[in-house]
Amino acid sequence: MDYQTGFFYLFAAVLLFSAYRVITSSNPVHAVLYLMLSFSQAAALWLILKAEFLGLTLVLVYLGAVMVLFLFVVMMLDIKLDGDFWGFWQNFPLAAAVGAVVAAEIIAVLWVGFPNITAQAVAATGAEVSNTKALGRLLYTEYLYPIEVAAAILLVAMVAAIALTLRHRKDSKAINPGDQVRVRAADRLVVLSVAATQKAAEAAATQEEVKA
Amino acid sequence: MSLSLGHFLSVSAILFALSVIGIFLNRKNLIVLLMAIELMLLAVNMNFVAFSHYLGDMHGQVFVFFILTVAAAESAIGLAILVLLFRNKSSISVEELNTLKG
Repeated sequence: MDYQTGFFYLFAAVLLFSAYRVITSSNPVHAVLYLMLSFSQAAALWLILKAEFLGLTLVLVYLGAVMVLFLFVVMMLDIKLDGDFWGFWQNFPLAAAVGAVVAAEIIAVLWVGFPNITAQAVAATGAEVSNTKALGRLLYTEYLYPIEVAAAILLVAMVAAIALTLRHRKDSKAINPGDQVRVRAADRLVVLSVAATQKAAEAAATQEEVKA
Repeated sequence: MSLSLGHFLSVSAILFALSVIGIFLNRKNLIVLLMAIELMLLAVNMNFVAFSHYLGDMHGQVFVFFILTVAAAESAIGLAILVLLFRNKSSISVEELNTLKG
């Protein structure tokens, strides 16, 4: 058992424990923090797998951006914590049993299907080029159109998130400067011609109409 | 005993099962649901990276890149919908989201 195997077991144990705590903790802030821990452990596992660029991307993008977004939302929403977590632990043993069966079956199938592909196949990956360089070469030649589609997806997601949460305040006294500049004197001031005096007979007639 | 492909596949299978349990059992908190979805995507990504490493094929890592993109977009829109939901109902409990029930 070499160094790599020991570190693999360490990272995997911390990853699975923190994932377990993500789904069982009743405080959402704790859940987000455990999720950050599990993502960092996954990044470490990817470093063992010599996927350096993706591991660093996971740390930068997920721990740096997405998890902070989660924390923002959790703290902004002011969720009431009801500690009883009703019905969770009651159903947990059955769910754990079902989940164990699912995991065991997946592992059994995969372990039989891919028995012992060990690390000697790695030498063929082209060790003379760094991981980042190989990935970039592939991304910008063969996957050029997919990466532009991915950029468009990110743009659409940004527009959608802004459009969903944008809210115009009704009590705001903000004014449109363009309208204000374009206004003319005739729009603001209207001169009506009103008779300065009224004849006595007409005035009496109107008073009687009012009484009747 | 050196590391083999099965080790990484086992870790990601257990991670996937854990997040499925989290999705099914959670009745209180929609945010934890989104986090469980992120964990499922992480498990899938780990499968891709492990296969990419052990089969010597870089295309798997390219796929992980695209999955990360889509996952970031998904979590951004999901959180926006969550904020909107909390603004309208002042609750994010999964049990109270039954207005579509016939």
